[in-house]
Amino acid sequence: MHQIFNFIWKNYAFFLFIILQFICFTLIIQHNNYHRAAFINKTNDFFGQLTEQVDGVYNYFSLASVNRSLAKENALLREKQQDAFFIADRNFIIVEDTIYQQKYKYRTAKVINNSIHKRRNYITLNKGSQHGIKKDMGVISADGIIGIITGVSQNYATVMSVLNANTKISAKIKRLNHMGSLVWDGVDYRKASLNDIPLHVTLEKGDSIVTSGFSAIFPENIFIGTINNYSFKEADNFFTIEVDLGVDFNNLSYVYVIENLMRHEQQYLENQTLKE
Amino acid sequence: MIIFFRYIISFVLLISAQVVVLNNIQLSGFINPYVYILFILILPFNTPKWLTLIAGFLTGLTIDMFAHTPGMHASACVLMAFLRPYIQALLSGVRDYEADAQPMIQDMGLRWFFTYVSILTLSHHSLLFFVEVFHFRELFVTLSRILLSSAFTIILLLATQYFFYKPKKNIISGKI
Repeated sequence: MHQIFNFIWKNYAFFLFIILQFICFTLIIQHNNYHRAAFINKTNDFFGQLTEQVDGVYNYFSLASVNRSLAKENALLREKQQDAFFIADRNFIIVEDTIYQQKYKYRTAKVINNSIHKRRNYITLNKGSQHGIKKDMGVISADGIIGIITGVSQNYATVMSVLNANTKISAKIKRLNHMGSLVWDGVDYRKASLNDIPLHVTLEKGDSIVTSGFSAIFPENIFIGTINNYSFKEADNFFTIEVDLGVDFNNLSYVYVIENLMRHEQQYLENQTLKE
Repeated sequence: MIIFFRYIISFVLLISAQVVVLNNIQLSGFINPYVYILFILILPFNTPKWLTLIAGFLTGLTIDMFAHTPGMHASACVLMAFLRPYIQALLSGVRDYEADAQPMIQDMGLRWFFTYVSILTLSHHSLLFFVEVFHFRELFVTLSRILLSSAFTIILLLATQYFFYKPKKNIISGKI
């Protein structure tokens, strides 16, 4: 023991150097966006594989509830299939045409890492660039929206979830079509708040909040949550609306990654217009 | 005590010169001189190692605050402060220095000072620029940035020595 202390004392400058450099690099990675992204991308592959192994074990415990939710969704989809409809009117013509063009493409992915207790929460998915996942795609589950893809490596992707202080989602009240932006205040993982709804709107508790579709990331009318409570301060022009999120972020397994096939076209046009 | 205040003043002067003037110089897009490192270079020979390291850390952190690059300059400065005693020992045995000598041009001569400054500036700039780009692709761009900026910094450092410090009168040898 004595010799160890002696050794450290003799080379104290070296140890101090290591400690200071450690502090420096912590600062660099925490406070510089580019460096953090690079660091996360490099470590993603390694930790992704590790968590996938661990998750494989945990998976067995949640099989029952996952099955239930998948079965529920299957039933919902079957309801929407053509076979499920009884043809009440025989007076119609079938026309094969090209009016419908695919706009959104859905890919399934599995959540292999998740957090809800931080100020900025991220989710890791088990699909990456080789499965066609790209940055800025939307992520939803059967119960509502989850977040936006921010980092992609070959086999994994990280999602900035709705529970992230940096996330801002363009939302609207389904019944009234008024638009606002949804943010998370960083406290409760079941609640978010909707801003920018003016005071003249008549709200009701239980109104559905859905995506507006303006951001070209999410399609229109994807469920987000319901209004739990609303209030306003005097001398304020906007409501403070508390939203119950539809998704239970503490219990995520399978999600869908949405690719908007016309996003580039829309953004290109919008950018061109701004330039003029 | 007087020496302490002299260093405080030179610290303030160097930091403000760096932040106000030199950080805004970007010759041909990527040559940046970083003259503030002079503060760490000219600390007295008998400064303890821990003090040099802490001083380097704080100097770098101050520049980082102004340049919005938390940690990068601090990291490069700490490396430089760590290497400083070894370079001094390498260039000539520490015992050769006079008691009140400082690592400046008028005490140590041009050749010594030039070698000393070049090695430490290169080490500082190498770490700084590599941490800034944070990858090893485009290696030649980074290397040329390091070399050109170092050359510029070294020239400015030598110039400050001739501008601000008068040669000491050496009574014994009769030189003025």
